[in-house]
Amino acid sequence: MLDYFLSEEQSLMVATARELAERKILPVRARYDEEERFPHEIFRAIAEADLAGVYIPEEYGGSAGGSPIMNMCLVTEELSKICGGIALSFASSALGALPILIAGDEEQKRRWLPRMAAGALGAFAITEADAGSDPVAMRTLAVRDGDGYVLNGTKMFITNGGEAEIYSVLAMTDREKGARGASCFVVEKGAPGFGFGRKESKMGIRASATRELIFQDCRLPAANRLGREGSGFMTAMKTFDSSRPGVGSQALGIAAGALALAIGYARERKQFGRPIISNQGLQWMLADMATQVEAARALIYATARWIDAGAKRPTMASAMSKCFASDVAMRVTIDAIQVFGGVGYSKEYPIEKYARDAKITQIYEGTNQIQRDEIALALIREAARK
Amino acid sequence: MMEIMVCLKQVPDAAEVRVDPATRTLMRQGVAAMVNPFDLHALEEGVRCRERLGGGRVTAVSMGPPQAAEALREALARGADAAVLLGSRVFAGADTLATSRVLALAAGKLAPGLILAGKQAIDADTGQVGPELAAWLDWPLVCYVAKIREISPARAVVERRLDSGREVLEVDLPAVFTVIREINEPRLPSFKGRLRAKKAAIPVWDERELGADPAETGLAGSPTAVAEIFPPPRRERGEMPTAGTPAEAARLLAGKIRECRPA
Amino acid sequence: MREAPAAGPGGVWVFGEQEEGRLHPVVPELIGKGRELADRLGLPLAVPVFGRGAEAAAREALAHPVDLAIPAEDPELWIYSPEPYAARLAGLAGERRPEIILAGATAIGREFLPRAAVLLKTGLTADCVGLEISPDRLLRQTCLSFGGNVMAAIVCPGRRPQMATVRPRVFRPAEKGGRGGRLETAPPAAGPPAVRKRRLEWLPETAGGADLAGADLVVAGGRGMGGPKGFALLERLARRLGGALAASRAAVDAGWAPPDRQVGQTGITVRPKLYLAFGISGAAHHLAGMADSDRILAVNRDPGAPIFSVAAWGLAADALEVVPALLRELGE
Repeated sequence: MLDYFLSEEQSLMVATARELAERKILPVRARYDEEERFPHEIFRAIAEADLAGVYIPEEYGGSAGGSPIMNMCLVTEELSKICGGIALSFASSALGALPILIAGDEEQKRRWLPRMAAGALGAFAITEADAGSDPVAMRTLAVRDGDGYVLNGTKMFITNGGEAEIYSVLAMTDREKGARGASCFVVEKGAPGFGFGRKESKMGIRASATRELIFQDCRLPAANRLGREGSGFMTAMKTFDSSRPGVGSQALGIAAGALALAIGYARERKQFGRPIISNQGLQWMLADMATQVEAARALIYATARWIDAGAKRPTMASAMSKCFASDVAMRVTIDAIQVFGGVGYSKEYPIEKYARDAKITQIYEGTNQIQRDEIALALIREAARK
Repeated sequence: MMEIMVCLKQVPDAAEVRVDPATRTLMRQGVAAMVNPFDLHALEEGVRCRERLGGGRVTAVSMGPPQAAEALREALARGADAAVLLGSRVFAGADTLATSRVLALAAGKLAPGLILAGKQAIDADTGQVGPELAAWLDWPLVCYVAKIREISPARAVVERRLDSGREVLEVDLPAVFTVIREINEPRLPSFKGRLRAKKAAIPVWDERELGADPAETGLAGSPTAVAEIFPPPRRERGEMPTAGTPAEAARLLAGKIRECRPA
Repeated sequence: MREAPAAGPGGVWVFGEQEEGRLHPVVPELIGKGRELADRLGLPLAVPVFGRGAEAAAREALAHPVDLAIPAEDPELWIYSPEPYAARLAGLAGERRPEIILAGATAIGREFLPRAAVLLKTGLTADCVGLEISPDRLLRQTCLSFGGNVMAAIVCPGRRPQMATVRPRVFRPAEKGGRGGRLETAPPAAGPPAVRKRRLEWLPETAGGADLAGADLVVAGGRGMGGPKGFALLERLARRLGGALAASRAAVDAGWAPPDRQVGQTGITVRPKLYLAFGISGAAHHLAGMADSDRILAVNRDPGAPIFSVAAWGLAADALEVVPALLRELGE
């Protein structure tokens, strides 16, 4: 791995996350995957290790140290090396906090961020049954009612759904206005009229909860609206600009973890009287895997640092980070299974899980097709400006 | 504000240490040093007591060479408030009696309301330092503590395991408790803890600082001496028949079990 | 070098740990060894016995080749506690000046002997597995350290008594057969010590690994058992064979077995007559807790696994397939 000149704080963060992953996550990942069990006690350990607030500024109880997105990426990567599913509890909680960080006023930040830094789990909700890649088609409505709003509708595929305490939720406040008609709200678990529906049974990231959120005449005070009315999609876009390197880091961690296992196995496994790693064909495979992983890491870190430095429109770089790293994760994990051979296909070895976990990173927070749309759109805009 | 003293020992990863059969000396090169695992449970319990009492100070104390400061830094990263290294060349070569003497003098300076230690260290496995420390101080001792049910500055109610059962004791403080693993699950070093530990200064107390009589410490203060070390007798690699099917393997194994089974 | 002190006239002492008037099984073992040491030194062998029922237990001791039994039944010794026990033992030793004091390395012995050693300002060696008299008439005490990888011979040249706790089930129990030893009740202690500890409850129990530590037969499983289902099979096997269930750290960490089942360096140390290891590779940490078993039989898929270096007999096979077949074979 290259030297990315992490700060002393970041090096300690990485060391903390690594030890936590190896000691607390490694022994349980297979069981949590099989039982589809949500890792509450692991997220508590993450909070106890002071990692839940690495992307939250110090004044709200965190330890962002001016590099919130880079910190979020580093911790996500480290946890994902061991289990991409359990790591998602952390990454998705960050996703839920980002709208508050981006669009919340001082009072709202004081209200929710210290709790999240101390270990209250967050979530972010946009997707609906008929509004996936096309969020403007969403049906969840927030209707003005006196000094508050009444929410009705159903969100789908919400990561940390049912388990999180604090939800950032997008709803239409004026359907006529289309993309300018949505607003973002914070809804806490336990709010009257806020409940949960079906939990998905998934191919991968099975330790993560993916669930419906159901709003039935859920009354919210206006103080729970983030930013002005109608700014919801803008907040969501800015959130994705910051969160996509995080998904990239999850993919990166999955790929790096699979690569490390493949190298270890190739050195140990003997055929024809010598370790299989002595075959040049396999060496070249590992070399390609490692090159892709390192390229993904370099792209993600550069993007995260640029965002932390105050990038105005990091959309293209964010989309590239997510898209490239997730494609890398899919290729590298499939190749890692190949290195393992027959046992790689067996559930007794951890490697097949890496491939199952990798797949979602090409799909959520905008499919990789949507990412390519974003990248192309940015290219066209840039060219037109010249 | 109660002072809680936690005794820590830096040990090699004992499972990796061997005796050189030729020179009959310990081979510990390249063997990682770590905090004695039982002591981590003592530290965790100390931190939890402080949290339950709503204040106080946990001081990690270790007698050892300068490198033992690393173990103390780990304790700081895991929640100790302060750390002291008991270090001097005259402390070297101490057996349990001389070690516990130095720890007792440190306790005299810190004036803790409670001293916690692991049940034993995984290198020498004696389990004697905690009890001997209590004896030097003439404080009550409870070994094998599995749970601290109640704690106040004056008293504690603890559960401990003996061979034939569980004993619940009310103990006047100050006292010395040694703990077993089931008492808690030690937390990992936190990010902020690591940051603090990295920057912390760790004071070193020597015989002058402690007012120790050199005749009571180190080699001079140790009644016991190691006459010789040697590797344990080698075992012959056992017989390994081949079995085709699981049923055949089971048949062979069942026969072997019947043959070896205790009456 | 300090001159060795003159041999203590009190002879060799074996602490007579007892409960309700019955000696702990380690005591006859220590009497056997203590007799040998005493004869070698030409000294008497004495057994101090404390607590309620001490006199009955002292008589039991005298049925073995013991010269003197010293029961003390003062009320402060009725309920075991390290402070009065250590004070009493040290007090008696101060008066009668034994050369050697041995006690079982039981929970009690390992707790109060260190306190007595400090009161007597002498040396103590823990958990000995070998005891002999050296040519210069010192007690040479052998113990294991570094998880059983290292043996050390310890001596205490300059102070008396020489004290050791001794691992149970290492030495053969003494033959029955008294030699007309005397019983000499110890006079009550001068002033009972201040009470700083009160027993609130006593919960007799064998759970939590206590059954495991003393088991004659242990059925142990590791990562190769695949999961909780594999452990359910082992539990049936253990029940069928009348043994105790144990697990490696990997299996405990994975949640397949409770922590009080963990055998190894930071778990429980076992020395059964028969140890059956299924799907355990034999990491050094595990071997440290079981390698001293009398007989080890191992089943593991990897024929190169370290467990086979301590096993008397082994099968390179998938434990997960062998265990169900074994249950059938044993007629379950």
